[in-house]
Amino acid sequence: MIPTPDLSHLTSQDYDQVYEPAEDTFLLLDALEEDAKNLRDINACVCLEVGIRLCLELYWKNSWPFLYLCTDINPHACKCTVLTGKQNHIDLNVVNGSLVAPFGTRLANNVDVLLFNPPYVPTSEEEVSDAQLSRELGGSWAGGSDGMRITNVLLGRVEGLLSPEGRFYLVALKQNNVPQIVDTMRQKYGFLGEVVLQRRAGREHLFIIRFVRESKNSSS
Amino acid sequence: MMDVEEERLCLFGIADCSLLPPTIMVRLITHNLLACHAKDCNANNFPLQFKDVKLEFREADFNPDFLKGFMPKIEWKALVDTARELGDTSLPLEQPEMLDDDFLKNLHHVLLEIHVEEGSMTCPNCNHVYPISNGIPNMLLAEHEIG
Repeated sequence: MIPTPDLSHLTSQDYDQVYEPAEDTFLLLDALEEDAKNLRDINACVCLEVGIRLCLELYWKNSWPFLYLCTDINPHACKCTVLTGKQNHIDLNVVNGSLVAPFGTRLANNVDVLLFNPPYVPTSEEEVSDAQLSRELGGSWAGGSDGMRITNVLLGRVEGLLSPEGRFYLVALKQNNVPQIVDTMRQKYGFLGEVVLQRRAGREHLFIIRFVRESKNSSS
Repeated sequence: MMDVEEERLCLFGIADCSLLPPTIMVRLITHNLLACHAKDCNANNFPLQFKDVKLEFREADFNPDFLKGFMPKIEWKALVDTARELGDTSLPLEQPEMLDDDFLKNLHHVLLEIHVEEGSMTCPNCNHVYPISNGIPNMLLAEHEIG
């Protein structure tokens, strides 16, 4: 059982502007906990979380050494994350930026664990554009007509980012069409996807899909 | 002059950073991975040059296995040059083949214990300036700057 980090410094005002840890976050955490041994086996050394939801480092603390990077387009989310690090005596590496853009090609094939809990809620296309531009809370859920608008952008970057043994964990909603995501990743980018956990939480049916390079199938 | 982002923050009343402790920062391990991504800036866009920095040093847990695992991912020259600009000359110009404890301790200090709290990072190619405030590098671009 992973201890929950101390979030007592965050106020309801913060939660008006940043995403509060919820069922999707904990489902991802559970999936990673189950995979912890595998992640050690591949000597995972660089972990990148896109869109800060989890900040895994807060949960795992120094249980094994890796560089944990996180990016978020919402400046307030970055500040709250750093504060949370401080509250829990951990130095976090937080970058205020869009998806993986801040790293250019420097992280090419260098990411061992990639985490994305995207804005997956189906909304109007207008809502997703406004949310991304304003860099506010709405950016953490508004996902366009099939909830895949932002996810699709990242899916196109996974191949270039992941190390040969690297793993990509994606949170998805049933409405995002999980079989289609898995198909796309296989046909377009050569990744094998597998639903490692799923759970119903209120109206949401949530999935954690884990992707590995097709040639590395045997390691999972 | 306020940049677009700061202006936006003020509009939404979240520019008050008084809550933030003074001890959060960019470490060189992160800096070694950041590159300029402004429109049409694809070459010589790394490493970003620190300017007007305020440094702080804080001890971190020494873990030689992590350092050995991470070494292949480092752009060595960028790290050494940046460390020297910030006044740390402990690292050799070439990555050594023998990784003794002294070397690993120096590397540990440079990567994980030098913290840049305030200042900015400038792209050596297009001169785009990325501010660091309250220890968080702001790598956001305005809409017209996105490639």
